[in-house]
Amino acid sequence: MKFGVVTFPGSNCDYDAYAAAKLVGEDVEFLWHQSTDLLGCDVVILPGGFAHGDYLRSGAIARFSPIMQSVVKFASGGGLVMGICNGFQVLVESRLLPGALMRNDHLRFSCKHIYVRVERNDLPFTSACQIGDVLKIPIAHKDGNYYNFQGDLQTLNAHNQVVFRYCDRQGNITAESNPNGSADNIAGITNREGNVLGMMPHPERAMERILGSDDGLRLFESIRAFCRRGVNVEKA
Amino acid sequence: MKNKKAVVYVRLKEGVLDPQGVTIQRAILNMGYDVVEGVRSGRFFELELADGNGDLSGKVEEICRKLLANPVIEDFSVEYT
Repeated sequence: MKFGVVTFPGSNCDYDAYAAAKLVGEDVEFLWHQSTDLLGCDVVILPGGFAHGDYLRSGAIARFSPIMQSVVKFASGGGLVMGICNGFQVLVESRLLPGALMRNDHLRFSCKHIYVRVERNDLPFTSACQIGDVLKIPIAHKDGNYYNFQGDLQTLNAHNQVVFRYCDRQGNITAESNPNGSADNIAGITNREGNVLGMMPHPERAMERILGSDDGLRLFESIRAFCRRGVNVEKA
Repeated sequence: MKNKKAVVYVRLKEGVLDPQGVTIQRAILNMGYDVVEGVRSGRFFELELADGNGDLSGKVEEICRKLLANPVIEDFSVEYT
């Protein structure tokens, strides 16, 4: 199988995502934002960084990069798309995921390891996890405060679209463990179909124990296992 | 020469928390002014419009909806000069 990692001008976690894909032993290609060719990748990763300088709003300009037309089409056909941090911001700006990511409530850039609780393991991204598993993964962002209107939040929960919530080490969802003010401690969500994932924490930076945690491996292994089985995979 | 310039104001919708506004208000209080009860931040853009294209308000609104504002959390208004 083949991972694709989009590079926007200002992306800075594209090489980390590339290395993470290599670490689980799979092919990986960089996809330049000016291209519209997804090169036959099985999964497209929108990496972290500051695409187009994050001018205007985080992710707002990247949404109009040529590659995003292909990514939206790919996602609409059931293709796997994973947006990490800035990639999550691009996904909400592209309306592939609902809601918005606002400035952190404390207004500071947060860069630290946090814990998230896995809320779903029936997705291509999380099948190697159990529901309730606590993963230690770093965050590094200033605009990660997930926002949605009350009614839309209820819809999101009703469709079980929350994949990760910020929690403490034991897996309790508490106000203290919420690093940015996100509604309902939301750290990651999926679309109703379950083929698009957006998350603020960086699993690609948690691939080796020497770096503090290898819990991110489980996401990449889930994707690999899903694509290797070839179930319901749309080739780009 | 109508529609020479469109001035676009983008602000957070009512009810959406504005941490920057709250922080600015706190700073005003710290400066010793007790006359400000709330601050809402926003941005504005000046679009210089091409001449001779008739009424461009429809296109300007489209640009606002698609790019300048995020309709999930923001409202916008346009003034023409």
